[in-house]
Amino acid sequence: MAAPAAASGPSLVPLKVRGLGLALGGKQLISGLDLTIGGQGITMVMGPNGAGKSLLLRLLHGLIAPSAGRICWGGHPMSASVTRRQALVFQKPVLLRRSVAANVDFVLRARKGDARQRDALLDRVGLSDKAGQAARLLSGGEQQRVALARALATGPEVLLLDEPTASLDPTSVHLFESIIRDTARQGVRVIFVSHDVGQARRMADDVVFLHRGRVVEHKPAKGFFDQPDTELARAHLAGRLVM
Amino acid sequence: MQDFGEAVGMAVSLVASGDGDLIEIVLLSLRVSLTATALSCVVGLLLGAVLAVTRFRGRQAVIVAVNALMGLPPVVVGLLVYLHLSRAGPLGFLGLLYTPTAMIIAQTLLITPIVTALSRQVLEDLHSEYAEQFRSFCLSRGQIVRALLWDARYSLLTVALAGFGRAIAEVGAVIIVGGNIDHLTRVMTTAIALETSKGDLALALALGLVLMAIALAVNVVVQGVRLTAVRHAYA
Ligand SMILES: Nc1ncnc2c1ncn2[C@@H]1O[C@H](COP(=O)(O)OP(=O)(O)OP(=O)(O)O)[C@@H](O)[C@H]1O
Ligand SMILES: [Mg+2]
Repeated sequence: MAAPAAASGPSLVPLKVRGLGLALGGKQLISGLDLTIGGQGITMVMGPNGAGKSLLLRLLHGLIAPSAGRICWGGHPMSASVTRRQALVFQKPVLLRRSVAANVDFVLRARKGDARQRDALLDRVGLSDKAGQAARLLSGGEQQRVALARALATGPEVLLLDEPTASLDPTSVHLFESIIRDTARQGVRVIFVSHDVGQARRMADDVVFLHRGRVVEHKPAKGFFDQPDTELARAHLAGRLVM
Repeated sequence: MQDFGEAVGMAVSLVASGDGDLIEIVLLSLRVSLTATALSCVVGLLLGAVLAVTRFRGRQAVIVAVNALMGLPPVVVGLLVYLHLSRAGPLGFLGLLYTPTAMIIAQTLLITPIVTALSRQVLEDLHSEYAEQFRSFCLSRGQIVRALLWDARYSLLTVALAGFGRAIAEVGAVIIVGGNIDHLTRVMTTAIALETSKGDLALALALGLVLMAIALAVNVVVQGVRLTAVRHAYA
C-alpha cells in the first residue's frame, strides 16, 4: 500500500495554469497555455509527438521554470514544497545502480517514509520476487514498475505519469492501471500522459489535448471521445494528425 | 658490478627466500602509499563530489587547475614539502623531515589532484543522468552526494587504485623528503634508485620484480572490479 497522501497544509488542487510559456534554445515550445484541473480523478493528457506533453509535466512538477505565465497548485505558486508533495514517473525511468529493493528503500529513507512499506510496495507492483536483483538489469516494463513503486513511496498528493505503460505487456498494463485507479480513489490527483487511446478511454475522467504547446481541448472523457470539439482532436483520435 | 644473469638469479632468490631487508622495504612502501591513498580519497572524493554537483563562479577554472595538477612532477611536490618541513621552513618545528610521515604527506599531495579530478568526472557524468530524478525526489545536497558516491563505488575504487599506482611507483617526492634512510625511510623506488647507482643490481632487481607484481595485481583488481560492476549493471 502506498503511503497515504501526506496532508501537509491545504490541498494542491485545483491546479490553475495561466498564460504558461516556455522557450528553450530560442524556440517557443509552449505558449499561452491555460489549464484548470480540479477535484479528484485522473486527467489524461494526449497529443502528437513533440506536442509538449513531457515539458508540461516537468513544468507542473517544478523541474523547469516557465519563461512566462503562472502555475498555481491549490493557491500555492510552484515551489520546492509543492514538488515535494508530488511524484513524477518519467518517460524513461532512471533507476539507481542498486537492487530493486534498495531503489525503493532509498526513496523511503530520503523522504523519511516507513521502511516497512517497501515489501508492500514491491508486492503491489508485482516485483516481490525480483527484490534482490540489480534494478538496471530488469526488462523495460519491470523498470517502469520499479519507478512507479518509488513514486508511490514518496506518498504523493499528485501523481504525474509520462507514458509509463508504453513498454509494458498487457498483463502489466492491466496491473499498472488498476494501481493507478486505486491510487486515484485514495484521493491522489493523477495526471497521466498516454498515446494509447484505449487506455485513455479506460482511465480518463477528463482529457487534455495538446498540440504545438497549446491546450487545444479540455473536456470530460466521454465528451472528448464521443464528440471532440476540434478537427485536430478528431484527426488525432482517428490516427491521421500530422504534427 | 655484477653481471646481469647473476643479478637476476640473486634477485629471484631474494624474493623467494623472503629476505628480511626486502620485506621491510616492501612493507614500508605499502604503508606509506596506502596511507597516502586513503588520505587522498577522503579529501579527493569529497572535493570531486562538491565540484560535480555545485555550480559557482570560477568552477571551470578550478576544474582546469585540478586537471593540470594531475601532472604535477613528483620532484616538485617533494621540493615543496621539503621547503616546508626543513628546519628553516614554516613547519620545521614539527621535525617531520626524513620520516615516513613526510613521505605520506608528499604522496598525499601528489595524488589528491588525481583522485579529485578523476572522481569529479565520474560523479559529474553520473549526476547528469540522475539530476532530474533527484530533483523530483527533493533530495538535499548531502543526500545527493552520498547517493552519487555510493552508486559510483566501482568506478571510484578504480580511481583510488589509479592514485595508489601513481604513489607506489613514484620516486622523486619520497627521495627528497624521506632521504632513503636504511631501516627508516627506504622504500622500493628509492632503494632501486640507490642500489642501481651503487651497482648492487640484485636487490634493485628484486625490488623491481615486487613493484611490477604490485602493479600487475592492481591492474588485475581494477579489471576484476570493472567486470563485476558491468555484470551487475552497476557500472
Ligand atoms: N531542452 C530542450 N531544448 C530544446 N527543445 C526541446 C527541449 N526539450 C524538448 N524540446 C522540444 O520540445 C518539443 C516538445 O517536447 P516534449 O518532450 O514535451 O514532447 P512530447 O509531447 O512529450 O512528445 P512525445 O509524445 O514524443 O513524448 C519537442 O519538439 C522537443 O524537440
Ligand atoms: Mg514525452
